[in-house]
Amino acid sequence: MSGRITRDEAAHVARLARLRFSDAELDELAAQLSAVLDHAADVEALDVTDIEPTSHPHPLVNVTRADEVRPSLDWDEVLAQAPSVDDGQFRVPPILGEAP
Amino acid sequence: MSPVVPEREPAVPGDWELVVGLEVHVELSTATKLFCGCANRFGDAPNTNVCPVCLGLPGSLPVVNAAAVDFSMRLGRALGCEVRGAVFARKNYFYPDMPKDYQISQYDQPTNTDGHLELPDGHTVGIERAHIEEDTGKTTHIGGGGRIHDADYALVDYNRAGVPLVEIVSRPDIRTAEQARAYVRELRAILLAIGVSDARMEEGSMRVDANVSVRPAGSDELRTRCEIKNLSSLRALGRAIVYEAQRHVELWSGGERPRQETRHWDEANGRTTPGRSKEDADDYRYFQDPDLVPLAPATGTIAAIDAALPPLPAARRAELVASGGGAVSTEDAALLVERDQDGLVRAAIAAGADPGVAATRVANDLAVDDWSPVTPEGLAALVSMEISGRLTATQSKQVLAEMADGGGAPDVIAQRRGFQAMAGDDLAAVVDQVIAGNPDAWSRFCAGDEAERKKLAGFLTGQVMRATRGQADGAAVNRLLQERAGS
Repeated sequence: MSGRITRDEAAHVARLARLRFSDAELDELAAQLSAVLDHAADVEALDVTDIEPTSHPHPLVNVTRADEVRPSLDWDEVLAQAPSVDDGQFRVPPILGEAP
Repeated sequence: MSPVVPEREPAVPGDWELVVGLEVHVELSTATKLFCGCANRFGDAPNTNVCPVCLGLPGSLPVVNAAAVDFSMRLGRALGCEVRGAVFARKNYFYPDMPKDYQISQYDQPTNTDGHLELPDGHTVGIERAHIEEDTGKTTHIGGGGRIHDADYALVDYNRAGVPLVEIVSRPDIRTAEQARAYVRELRAILLAIGVSDARMEEGSMRVDANVSVRPAGSDELRTRCEIKNLSSLRALGRAIVYEAQRHVELWSGGERPRQETRHWDEANGRTTPGRSKEDADDYRYFQDPDLVPLAPATGTIAAIDAALPPLPAARRAELVASGGGAVSTEDAALLVERDQDGLVRAAIAAGADPGVAATRVANDLAVDDWSPVTPEGLAALVSMEISGRLTATQSKQVLAEMADGGGAPDVIAQRRGFQAMAGDDLAAVVDQVIAGNPDAWSRFCAGDEAERKKLAGFLTGQVMRATRGQADGAAVNRLLQERAGS
């Protein structure tokens, strides 16, 4: 089965990921994403009535740490790989709009 | 655009009903961040409390802070929530305040659900959920006069990224701006009582967003809502709700409908302005964080939390009112509990103080940060001096202020200041002088009806107070005036 994902949906997901594609690329990606979903849909054919949902592959819960301060990174190290630094902070391009 | 509206009630005309739900983000006062050991501290130099985990560097892995989970469950129980097993999820979005490009939150399985909060006036607001999530970094827009859209660039400080938050989402049960403020005040009192946050709106450790809509009175539909952000004080919260509600009423009344969107409160101009259109939850592509395993409260955990909860504000107010045998007003009780002075007043009542006077005197005249020098016995003694007429109300306030400054026992302070209510013959003489000096007022007092008499009694008492420089007891003066008038 194909066509689970339309070109518009592919374009929407691309916009959320801040990626730009041509229409031809979007068609190709829509087809590929549809194929991935088709594959996942195979699972729907199985009877899972008595199977508990798996919330995590590891059979573990409550992996926590004590609330104790540990050393942070040195400032120089933090900012060493930043493309641009100003006043001890990461300098980034102007941002259109506000945080989601 | 509508004119600037002051905060006032009712927010909407009688044929409309205001519908408000609040989303409150609270920073937990743990020593470290939610998923790493960096210090959780406000006000440090930028980017000094950061590590590979909260910077989202490749290969780093988050580990949950046990104290943050404990604080969250404690808050949940204080709000009467069901506390259950929970799963962390990634909320995906692109913005430089989260270097991972996702925020770790809880989505379909939050720690706390289905609670409620009772306001001092008895109104109950449902709590839909209270989930754990990490805070984002702080972005400062530079240039363009501070306006986001005109900025030249932005600076990012990740000290706050990863600080543990609980987001408390109320049901749309709030009907007035005053209730919204009362809800935030009550929530803050609970947070302080259970010691999980300092809940300071001005420092951003408590942040409030309001979902506002209106509907025809009597209807139970939920119409298009707008989410108001940038509410940095209780006053702003109240004004923004009133403004937004009136905007909605105007739109609906004119045959239009509001757009579902996020709006910003503009404090200087007293209005809301549109932000982005609200994204669907689908757009955040929530999915379970594979780096984190579920939380599952062990057997006995909830019972242990319940047993360790201190008395909450609602219970403390009820206890104070009960200890006063009905003489303590609910307003005084709410204020005293908010200021953590209910213990002092209850102890003073136990030491023999008149409950109503003790509560009112402290509520009205002890609004100071440090009142530790005031003992229950001292307060009880002060109240009895005021009731017996040894001190006027004005003098009593001054003595209380000096007691809070460490001035000692009330009788000692009163003596040092030369305070004693003028009584007996001295006072009678002054009253007679005032009567003689104001013949017109006096004859109108004697002949007047009840209202006129009350008005003139106020005037004549004021003259006596002036003549005695406040050393007369108002009640005694009034008694003398009535006697002289032959009533």
